[in-house]
Amino acid sequence: MISPSNMRLWGIIRKEAWQIVRDPSSIAIAFVMPVVLLYLFGYGISLNAKDIPLGLVADKPDLITQSLQGSFERSEFFNLMTFNSIQEAQLAVDERLIDGIVWMRSNFSSNLQAGLDAPINIIINGVDSNQANITNGYIQGVWQAWLTHFAESKGVELSQTVQIKQRVWFNAALSSRMYLVPGVIVIIMTIIGSLLTAMVVAREWERGTMEALMVTPLRMKEMLVGKLIPYFILGMASMFLSLALAVWQFEVPLRGSFWIVIVTSALFMLVSLMIGLLISIVSKNQFVAGQLAIIITFLPAFILSGFLFDINSMPTAIQAVTLIVPSRYFVSLLQTLFLAGDVWPVIIPNSLVLLAMLIFFYVIVLRKFKKRLE
Amino acid sequence: MSDAALKLSSVSKLFESHGRVIKALDDVSFEIQAGKVTGLIGPDGAGKTTLMRLISGLLVPASGAIEVVGIDVISDPLAVQSQLGYMPQRFGLYDDLTVQQNLDLYADLQNIAYKDRQPRFDQLMNMTGMSPFTKRLAGNLSGGMKQKLGLACTLLRSPKLLILDEPTVGVDPVSRRELWEIIYQQVSQVGMSVLLSTAYMDEAERCDEVVLLHEGKLLMQGKPKDLSQPLSGRTFHISVEGVRHRTLQQVLSNAPDVLDALIEGEGVRVVMEQVVDAKAIVLPQVLTQETHGTVSIDPVKPRFEDAFIARLKTKSTITQQTTIAPLSVSSSADKAVISVDNLTRTFGEFIAVNKISFNVKKGEVFGLLGANGAGKSTAFRMLCGLLPVSSGKVSVAGLDLRVAAADARRRIGYMAQKFSLYSDLSVTQNLNFFSSAYGLSGKQQKQRLAWAITTFELENYKNTNAGNLPLGYKQRLSFAAALMHEPEILFLDEPTSGVDPLARREFWERTNHLAEMGVTILVTTHFMDEANYCDHLVIMEAGRILAAGTPLDMKNLARNDEQPDPSMEDAFIYLLNSNDQKHQAVIA
Amino acid sequence: MNIAQIIALAKKEFLALLRDSRSRMVLIAPPIFQMLIFGFAASYDINNVPIAVYNQDQGVASREYISKLNGSPNFEITTIIAKNAEIAPLINNREVLLVVNIEPNFSDHIAQGSSGGIQVILDGRNSNTASIAMNYLATLSIAFNQKWNEDHGITGTNVALSGRYWFNENLQSRWFIIPGILGMLILVVTLLVTALSVAREREAGTFDQLLVTPMRPVEILIGKAIPGIVVGIIEATIILVVIVQLFEIPLRGDIGALYLGIVLFLLSATGVGLMISAISVTQQQAILGAFLFLVPAVILSGFSTPIANMPEVIQWLTYLNPLRYFLIIVRGVFLEGNSYGLLIDQYWPMLIISIVSLMFSGWLFKHRMY
Repeated sequence: MISPSNMRLWGIIRKEAWQIVRDPSSIAIAFVMPVVLLYLFGYGISLNAKDIPLGLVADKPDLITQSLQGSFERSEFFNLMTFNSIQEAQLAVDERLIDGIVWMRSNFSSNLQAGLDAPINIIINGVDSNQANITNGYIQGVWQAWLTHFAESKGVELSQTVQIKQRVWFNAALSSRMYLVPGVIVIIMTIIGSLLTAMVVAREWERGTMEALMVTPLRMKEMLVGKLIPYFILGMASMFLSLALAVWQFEVPLRGSFWIVIVTSALFMLVSLMIGLLISIVSKNQFVAGQLAIIITFLPAFILSGFLFDINSMPTAIQAVTLIVPSRYFVSLLQTLFLAGDVWPVIIPNSLVLLAMLIFFYVIVLRKFKKRLE
Repeated sequence: MSDAALKLSSVSKLFESHGRVIKALDDVSFEIQAGKVTGLIGPDGAGKTTLMRLISGLLVPASGAIEVVGIDVISDPLAVQSQLGYMPQRFGLYDDLTVQQNLDLYADLQNIAYKDRQPRFDQLMNMTGMSPFTKRLAGNLSGGMKQKLGLACTLLRSPKLLILDEPTVGVDPVSRRELWEIIYQQVSQVGMSVLLSTAYMDEAERCDEVVLLHEGKLLMQGKPKDLSQPLSGRTFHISVEGVRHRTLQQVLSNAPDVLDALIEGEGVRVVMEQVVDAKAIVLPQVLTQETHGTVSIDPVKPRFEDAFIARLKTKSTITQQTTIAPLSVSSSADKAVISVDNLTRTFGEFIAVNKISFNVKKGEVFGLLGANGAGKSTAFRMLCGLLPVSSGKVSVAGLDLRVAAADARRRIGYMAQKFSLYSDLSVTQNLNFFSSAYGLSGKQQKQRLAWAITTFELENYKNTNAGNLPLGYKQRLSFAAALMHEPEILFLDEPTSGVDPLARREFWERTNHLAEMGVTILVTTHFMDEANYCDHLVIMEAGRILAAGTPLDMKNLARNDEQPDPSMEDAFIYLLNSNDQKHQAVIA
Repeated sequence: MNIAQIIALAKKEFLALLRDSRSRMVLIAPPIFQMLIFGFAASYDINNVPIAVYNQDQGVASREYISKLNGSPNFEITTIIAKNAEIAPLINNREVLLVVNIEPNFSDHIAQGSSGGIQVILDGRNSNTASIAMNYLATLSIAFNQKWNEDHGITGTNVALSGRYWFNENLQSRWFIIPGILGMLILVVTLLVTALSVAREREAGTFDQLLVTPMRPVEILIGKAIPGIVVGIIEATIILVVIVQLFEIPLRGDIGALYLGIVLFLLSATGVGLMISAISVTQQQAILGAFLFLVPAVILSGFSTPIANMPEVIQWLTYLNPLRYFLIIVRGVFLEGNSYGLLIDQYWPMLIISIVSLMFSGWLFKHRMY
């Protein structure tokens, strides 16, 4: 025999499910959005530069400058353009035709052969500092390789005091897709959990259906749980879809155990849902709820979660702010679970923080969500 | 059960808005008896909805106590909520769910055992006549059906106390009768107690008892008959042959001893300030001096509405600007201002409006009547250029508003069915905006604004957000906004739906006045007594015109031995029934 | 065209936005607050990142190398490791970003004139941070090489690249990202304000009331567009002051050229917003529609990753994105000191996007009146 409480709970769950099925926009958010976002991040954007447009100026072209030019031309990183004078090249930088200039002055070859300081100037457009750094690194690489080769041909051994061998764990090719894809999953779950839920509950206030629900024997706890469960299932379904795409389509390795991914995702999903509910209770209209959800959950998930920007490098005060951003913990969890494996010292503290947040928001929501109209 | 179904003892409720404390309810005490239907009556803003929310435990009173079937609401709202059924003004139906899904939801929430459900659903659907529509989306139901479904959801588990907040607002007469039948069935069969608020005085008369609230205070409580008793000897029906009833009403309502004058049939019903003999009534000179036909003054039985008006109406709510309108019966201009020719609108397979034709002359009040979903609003929206026509022709002042130059729209005023001014702007801001949108500016705009504020008595609400106004004031504001630019043609879609009798009187007084000044008015309504105000009207059903003519024509159609003196409502129901029987359009 | 009516509508839109205290709050406070937080947070620079050192050498050269590491503002040595087994947990648990493992005989090898070996183990979970850190380390090592050679009088093929960075001399990524945040924030605000404006009126039923007034669709369109643009310009101005005063990013170019860009950008954002609004029936649809535009627009704008790195097909797609052009203008004016001439190719595409989207929404107004 079904208890009265369970019957009411079931009523709410079933109603929400019907509404989800009937509204194309919630289905779109849960299943179209993840695909679009994953493809955008997975294929669309990349921090791994190639074909950087680079200008080369040799004031006095000869065999040596041609040899260096050849090295740049052969490099897959560059798309080389030659200019007759530095003025022309500088103009091209201004017009954003090229990102940098390699400039060999007129005495370049003679000084090089004489073992003097060979004047080679590099000019890089530094607006995108990150890209400039990478470009500089690539130029250095081509230059070092060419120099070693040149020295060898002259029978001179190049002195290189420190030789660095780099070993990158978890993502040997330093492919940005490997860390962007887990981050996107966090964004998607934030959107479903907070934005969609906030809008849906705010709509009940706006349309007056909340008043009719309130005078039934429905308890607030049942109302809460009844709202949570369908969106929880929707969010988790979206999570599975993203997971499958990540692993099979984008070939991101899943090194941690599947079950831990599910459990931690469920935890994060619940925290997001609670925040969404809280937003809708506070705002009670869709305009404000939508704006608040974007401002409180979506943008921080983008910028303060460590998904794009390194938290350790932020100023201390901002680092303190990131501590209250739930997605921060989930980004850390997912990146570790995908790329590193079951690292318990990462999993346990992050999960505990999420759990604490869940309890905190649950208590707040219960307090705020009264069966009263005032 | 001998105990009271509901007991309120000195309940007060305060609201704070913009730093001002408003007393929504002030020391209200009353009891209602079990197994009775009690009507909660009062002008808009009297505190009816607040009272109902307090009883349902959705609000907490500032002081006082409320007991529902012996349970204290304040300390145990959940226990009360499992004993009562409450249907708010906008019942919380989910538009995107079907009728059956809505029922299932509320059955779950009311803990109806699974085995008891199907019989109960069948019973309620039969009772409401909705059995064929269980698979339809609630959002696609007509207003009347929505209310019936809402009531069905509330009645799923026969509550001990049923609270209905304006259950018949926006519901046509046929559906209203059905709703009342359902309510009385519940009272007689299950012994349910019912508390309902209504703006319809004929409904109040059907209640066992009424409670009259005004400005948060309890004014009176008792049987409707007892309450109207003191008025006997003060109510009369007056008609003057050859004088249009609208003119008659205007003259009479300004006459010295007359408290209230209301169009009724072909004459006017008046309530006098004091008890007088019919022969002692002296009509104003304008009516007697000219060569009019016989004057008849007959005493009539007082109704509850009279009592309501007598109690609440303060004389001269509106100061008439002109003295007395010309008494000419024939309208000078016979030109058709609005002409509709074979107008049709389809939505996919569904034909909402089916080849309707009619003409409206200048200075005429033209009524478009029909049950919910008859196609009135669709026709209306096409006339205003809001909806493209599927076929046929529409011309307003010689133009099709949908393609005509925007300036043509300056000549019309439009008042939508649903309150559709900006809820988050103040009264003044709304008026300012709409007058600017119609091209008013500078001194003229200021003058019109001042005119609107004084004429519609909005002074106290100037800075209130439109969304927070009481219903009657919302309606006034909408009307004022539509009149700011002094339009030649007025479109009014259900302008008096849910508005109390006082406000309705004022509204019609203004409308009549406008018509007398030559404004053409097209109005939809399902208050059948209001149809009497129209010069001409058409009755629509299922997208077609069922009948067209003057109000008297309509009543003559329904006149027979059983109904020697049919009211407009009788005529309407007669027409609908005869149409149902014949399954065809009868008269054109 | 009736100017008074348009102004009246615009005024009403402002009142509707600003009268409700909650929506006023949402509109004004968060963008500025976000500018502050995101401005400080969004940076690819690496500062004081925790690293560990495992010195198996203990010679002079290695100690000098470590002191060089210690002096770097980018890294902070938090752990000194004594044995190989300690490396894995440090990296796994995200306690350090990288471990510098100085091989045995490092100093000996250098003293003998050959190369000393260093192994760097990086956490690749955030590959971007890892490669930036690796870059810093490589630069630091080259500097160490030169210093060592000079100090010990070693000469060889003595060639050094002298690099110069234009426009952003110290390669502060903040200079790059903060102007981008300006674009993102005003896009979010303008888009939401306009996308919801019509949908909100449709839901409330006031749109009909508006359509029966003598206002033409094009006048309604303009009246509805003005608030989004004005709110956008005000917000942009406040944010600009914050950028210049607080973040001390140099404003080198022509401020007029920047404002021309802002106006065109807001115009195109408004066009897109009104288009979304005209299509959607409910507010929920409008907000989700705005979202479906917003997220790809930010990602495909060059805000955080260069457009040149994207696959070609997607690069074509970015030409439809007004934010793409606006970001070039903001960065161009701020850092490169550009004026109208160099930005003309960014202005006209935004103008075309504005005209097309506004015309389309005007058409939708007229043809979706029910």
